[in-house]
Amino acid sequence: MFISMNWISDFVDLDGIDKMDLIAKFSLATAEVENDIYFKGEDLSGVVVAEIKSVEPHPESNKLHLLKVDAGDGKLTDVVCGAPNVRVGMKTAFAKVGAHIGGITIESKPLAGFPSNGMCCSEKEVGISDNHDGIMDILDDCPLGTDLKDLYEIDDIIFEVDNKSLTNRPDLWGHYGIAREIATIAKRPLKPLPTIDLSKYDNLEKIDLKIEDELCQRYSAIKVENIEKNVAPVNMRIRLFYCGMRAINLLADLTNYLMLEMGQPMHAFDSRKVGKIRIKRFDKPFVFTTLDGIERNCDENTLMICNDNTPVAIAGIMGGLDSEIVEDTTTLTLESATFNAASIRKSAVRLAHRTDASARYEKSLDPEMTTVAIARFLYLLFEIDSNAKVVSALTDEYAFHYPHISLDFDKTFVDKYTGIEITDEHIVDTLTSLGFGVEHSGDNFKVDVPSYRATKDVSMKADIIEEITRIYGYDNFILKTTEAPLFPIRMDAQTSLEDRAKDILVKRFSLHEVHSYLWQYADEYKKLGMEVEDNIKLAGSTNPNIETLRNSIIPTQLCQVSYNTGYDTDFGLFEIGHVVEGLKSDGLCDERKKLCISLFSKTKSVETLYFELRDMIAELVDDLKHMPISYKKMESSHSYEHPKNLNGLLIDGKQIGKIGVAHPLVSKKIDKKAAIVFAEIDMEAFTEADGKGIKYAEPSKYPSIEVDLSFVAEKFAEINDTIKEKSYSILKSIGVADVYSDGDSKSITTRLLFGDDERTLTHEEVQKVVDEIIENLKNKGINLKL
Amino acid sequence: MGDIISELSAKFETELDKIKSSEELENIRVAYLGKKGSVTAAMKEMGKLSAEEKKEFGQKVNALKNAVADKISEKKEELAALELQKEIDKVPDFDISLPSKFNQGSFHPITLVQRQCETVFKSMGFTVEDYSEVVTDYECFESVNIPKYHPARDMQDTYYLENGQLLKSQTTAAQNAIYKKYRKDLIENGKPIKAIFPGRCFRNEATDASHENTFFQMEGVMVGKDISISNLIYFMKTMLSEVFRRDIKVRLRPGFFPFVEPGFELDINCLICGGKGCPSCKHSGWLELCPCGMIHPNVLKEGGIDPEKYTGFAFGLGLTRLAMMKYGIKDIRDLNSGNLNSLAQFTDDEE
Repeated sequence: MFISMNWISDFVDLDGIDKMDLIAKFSLATAEVENDIYFKGEDLSGVVVAEIKSVEPHPESNKLHLLKVDAGDGKLTDVVCGAPNVRVGMKTAFAKVGAHIGGITIESKPLAGFPSNGMCCSEKEVGISDNHDGIMDILDDCPLGTDLKDLYEIDDIIFEVDNKSLTNRPDLWGHYGIAREIATIAKRPLKPLPTIDLSKYDNLEKIDLKIEDELCQRYSAIKVENIEKNVAPVNMRIRLFYCGMRAINLLADLTNYLMLEMGQPMHAFDSRKVGKIRIKRFDKPFVFTTLDGIERNCDENTLMICNDNTPVAIAGIMGGLDSEIVEDTTTLTLESATFNAASIRKSAVRLAHRTDASARYEKSLDPEMTTVAIARFLYLLFEIDSNAKVVSALTDEYAFHYPHISLDFDKTFVDKYTGIEITDEHIVDTLTSLGFGVEHSGDNFKVDVPSYRATKDVSMKADIIEEITRIYGYDNFILKTTEAPLFPIRMDAQTSLEDRAKDILVKRFSLHEVHSYLWQYADEYKKLGMEVEDNIKLAGSTNPNIETLRNSIIPTQLCQVSYNTGYDTDFGLFEIGHVVEGLKSDGLCDERKKLCISLFSKTKSVETLYFELRDMIAELVDDLKHMPISYKKMESSHSYEHPKNLNGLLIDGKQIGKIGVAHPLVSKKIDKKAAIVFAEIDMEAFTEADGKGIKYAEPSKYPSIEVDLSFVAEKFAEINDTIKEKSYSILKSIGVADVYSDGDSKSITTRLLFGDDERTLTHEEVQKVVDEIIENLKNKGINLKL
Repeated sequence: MGDIISELSAKFETELDKIKSSEELENIRVAYLGKKGSVTAAMKEMGKLSAEEKKEFGQKVNALKNAVADKISEKKEELAALELQKEIDKVPDFDISLPSKFNQGSFHPITLVQRQCETVFKSMGFTVEDYSEVVTDYECFESVNIPKYHPARDMQDTYYLENGQLLKSQTTAAQNAIYKKYRKDLIENGKPIKAIFPGRCFRNEATDASHENTFFQMEGVMVGKDISISNLIYFMKTMLSEVFRRDIKVRLRPGFFPFVEPGFELDINCLICGGKGCPSCKHSGWLELCPCGMIHPNVLKEGGIDPEKYTGFAFGLGLTRLAMMKYGIKDIRDLNSGNLNSLAQFTDDEE
């Protein structure tokens, strides 16, 4: 919202105050001011009022005229002018030789063969409107030669307040509210708003007006006729223009002026069209044409202003085309109302039509303002057109009153909340200046909240603190640390585990951490031959790529693997992220946090890569939990999983995740020759698995004996499990020394380590155990390799 | 007899000159000074001489013996130096200018800035809280004083799910649970609640270089007895100075956020120009960095904390924005792209 410093000065005496400093303070105390500040009239000088004394056509041009103008300097000046509206006796804005206008300096030089010693200017050239149809037609009385800046308020400072920072301040949507803030900041009094006394019309007939819907809070109206003037005064039009609005006609300009001044949107109806004002909603949707000529679909939630049963305006948003003021309108009905804020906002969103009026209504305007706005409107109207006549009593339906808010607090509360010492005097002065009623006795304050702050903004003690402190200035605060007792803090086990896992994966295994989205990428999945799996969806999504939540990171990560096939011959990705595994029994999402790892290689076999990932996870688990990991074959159940090589990852018998090879079809689509493997671990299950910690074992003082035995077997687990079926106290460990495959059969050289902490073992006792192991394995069909 | 000595000496000199290796040198040593060596033999000859001759010859032969021993040891050092040089010469001058082939892993840039922030907060006694991404309307809005008609709840901003839950649009969604988790300790033991909660947030908006529907925030709260605005400003200044590793100037402006009262927009002096004004700060010298404020009494009440007895402050940091600022990432979409050409550059960044 643009604010005019001249307009503010109507209400606060700003003499002797540095305006730029004031704007900076306003930005810190009230609402954010945008960086660009406009110094209107800065580049305009030497433009005076002049009268056109003669108009001759240019001999060779249809457009140009040769003028003689009187600029009040006792001589006639020759000017060549191209404007179509030149006429003898017309007063216009004349830029004399040497004048500055729009960045250029006016010089005396021939134009189209004739001398031209100056320039007649349009309003656009002077910078006070966007009208460039012709040169300015000055109707105001003044001596010739008067500087235009002395005649009109051209010099002004315009600053823009960020609308977002006014969301909670309905009182700041007009200049008068801003002036109240500025008066408080500048410590100057705020002048009252000049209005007329409406009670003198009480004897006139009232308007037939009825609120039939709770969404209308207050509706005030009055009828006026005999308005002869059609154009708003130049100064009023300049203010509207500087504040971003176009001048239209006197009535439209006045309602806009009122809105920019008080923040109260108003509307003028042709009285012939609104004999019986009813405010209500309709049962069925219908089409309504607004005054901009656009047909809009209103529905049963849209509050309408009606003439009996005919809608004439969308409440708080825009008037209708049929009830607009037209040329032959003689009597107008002036509306000043307030409506339910949420309803207006929803209607504006639904209609996709946000107007200056609706932007204000959705902030919860003060209903107390409606009649004041009418009184102010009439004051301004009579100033411009003294023949205008009020022909009805003020008709005012006041259906919804906000509760009056009064707050009690004591000085200790202020001291504790602020942490600094703010004087009673500052508290009283600030609140009084902002319009609060303050009763102060001893340490106690009783504060009455003014109606324009009580619609939603100020309702509790903490709100009062803001009023006091923002004016006090946050820059003036003395900064203090807290004085709280000391307690140790404990880090969350899972967060800490995740952090350590990231370190290991990045620093030890050189993996790259990535993030991917929470939803299944339909198009990308399809490209790689993966299916979007059934899962909870976003409501009302129209984009299949942002619709179904993922139940695993693996497929989103495989997409990311496919983006990176050109990055390097070998790389690994990981992500610790969220997935949703359907709904729980209470209907809420079963959200899990997973660690997903993928390895990609063009140089290694898929088997080598699979073991690399398996060992990576084993080391991760060993490092974080000091626990061994075991594996359990799983049936594949997803389009991206290899039908054969998929294993559950278990700690202490409990599954924490899975490891697998990418399905050959998916793998080939990512890269024809590369090997791709993945693993996914549930971080909660991983965290919950019991860790062993380090258990120190004193190194044995006695020598140990190593025995290597080669068995014909497919998997080491078959050998290992069989040996472990019996527990031999002297058998310290079982390992693998070598795996050999000659095409027909595979042999695994198993290394057994024997030892005792108390004594040296004899060969005989070791041989006895070895024989037993060989025998047991033989019984299971696992024979020594010969 | 003197001739024998000079002959021996001359012969030794000639032979020594020809020596090329330590083995040959050892042979010579044995040939002259060994038990059966020529010098030793010459000394044995001494017994045959008269006492006078003995004296003269003895001196000469001793001088010869010493000279031979000295020269051998000299030669030995010379050979050792030669051999060492040979060994050194054998090793080529490595071409250090060859490009390195290392395989460095990388962290996501969000992890890096998050860790840097967490380090600062942990050092000041804050716990780090993890929170879910799917939350309820109550967690995200109702419990943090965002009334039903607030624009933030509109369909166009928040991703709602079919079951009525939603993807959290702000980390504030964790506040209520954190108050409930720690309120007992606050009330019974006077232990102030100090927590940060980094997390991923979602907003339904079209993506481009500066807009994402998925981004990270980090929120923090401190609740205790007599926590004041003065404490808040002190804390923000101290914390941000630690995060940015320099003395940061802060400026507070009124800002409206439903979950705080009073609420502030916090600006810091522009990190690029230091406050003089530059294109990055739109020539204002200040950068709008984070919203903060005193926790709204309704929010505390909803978390089971009596706002008459306890007060607190809350603040929010845009981790995604912080990462982009810190590393000069221009396109926000790079962060969720998984593109290693961009992401693999973020190796560890502990300061």
